[in-house]
Amino acid sequence: MMQLEEFIKKFAECFNQTDAASITPETEFRKLDEWGSMMALIVIAMVDADYNKTVTSEDLKSANTVAQLFDVINRN
Amino acid sequence: MAVFTVPNVSIKGLAVCVPSQIEDNKQLDLLAENERDLFIKTVGIRYRRVAPKGTIASDLCQKAAEKLLADLQWNPADISILVFITQTPDYIIPNTSSLLQHKLGLPKNCLVFDVNLGCSGYVYGLSIISGLLQNMPGGKALLLVGDVSTATISKQDKSTTPLFSDAGSATGLEYTTGQKMHFNLQTDGKEYDDIIVPDGGFRNRVSEQSFEMVEHEKGINRTALDMKLDGLRIFNFALREVAPNINELLSATNIDKENVDYFVFHQANLLMLESVRKKLQLTTDKVPYTLYNYGNTSSATIPLTMLVQLGQKLQSEPQKLVLSGFGVGLSWGSAYIETDKIVCSQLIEL
Repeated sequence: MMQLEEFIKKFAECFNQTDAASITPETEFRKLDEWGSMMALIVIAMVDADYNKTVTSEDLKSANTVAQLFDVINRN
Repeated sequence: MAVFTVPNVSIKGLAVCVPSQIEDNKQLDLLAENERDLFIKTVGIRYRRVAPKGTIASDLCQKAAEKLLADLQWNPADISILVFITQTPDYIIPNTSSLLQHKLGLPKNCLVFDVNLGCSGYVYGLSIISGLLQNMPGGKALLLVGDVSTATISKQDKSTTPLFSDAGSATGLEYTTGQKMHFNLQTDGKEYDDIIVPDGGFRNRVSEQSFEMVEHEKGINRTALDMKLDGLRIFNFALREVAPNINELLSATNIDKENVDYFVFHQANLLMLESVRKKLQLTTDKVPYTLYNYGNTSSATIPLTMLVQLGQKLQSEPQKLVLSGFGVGLSWGSAYIETDKIVCSQLIEL
């Protein structure tokens, strides 16, 4: 079972130019300046490696906030 | 089909031809400047080879085959099989391999055909040729594999243009008593439209609508005659399937990973391949890359990487290799081969 706090830390570590402290459960990640198709690949690879779970493009589209993404991935 | 073994066949030589024209993703206007750096770092591709209009896959493969025949000192009259694997043929009809048989001066009693496969094509091609060649003592064969993928993509599509590059390869195989190759080949047609050129075949004939430029997302503009690539689905497919396919190949044939000299992957995406490498617990020195300088040359990435990164080793020492190709179809597979001082022609630029 993933823990939200740990997931947010790892999610924030995927970014280069975004301040990790600015990423909270309520952050709408698709609205971040740095978010794009490359960041999607990096997050998919992180979740695969660290949680052995698959994040689909549908998952990324259906979640608005980081917490919602966490919930979607947990259901997979 | 599970893992299978083909006896009495080995690779004798390898040649690759790339266009001389180079495009640099660092200068690609399609991507914003910060996107370019992140793309090069993440996907691993900086330079791409782009064939000029009029130069196509069979031209690149022909040059590679001519050089290989000369370097192997093989008489074209002695070739029994020619298989040409491409998704960018000369014509819809006829098969391009017949044109190549004529241009290369191969005999009329040569078994010749095309195969429509992309990124898995080299591994599939080795299995097809070796399956035929094992019944032909003394036989010699040419596997020609290549694409001009840059001719299939929209220059206004940032999901494909920074990735694809062109190359053609030629591999010489010969009946060799005592040698063998192992294969594990798979397919999942459910995701056939993850990589697709929708129009121009016989399901969707070319129509006026085929030429309409459509904006699918910001920076992704293409017609129905251009290739569509669902990058995220392909990424997940590779993470899901490639490592288990290789593990199954090795375990079914009792081959210890430690005894494999190199794992040569289809050069698709650095982040993807590094994820697969870590899943397989391989050290970085066992996984060669040509992504940075040559991009994704579709079916030709494996022979290109063998030649450019392993050419000296392949020429001077016996080598044990795992080859893994995966992509359009969806089609994927791996091969375990052993080579013994094969001929590696100098990379040709056309």
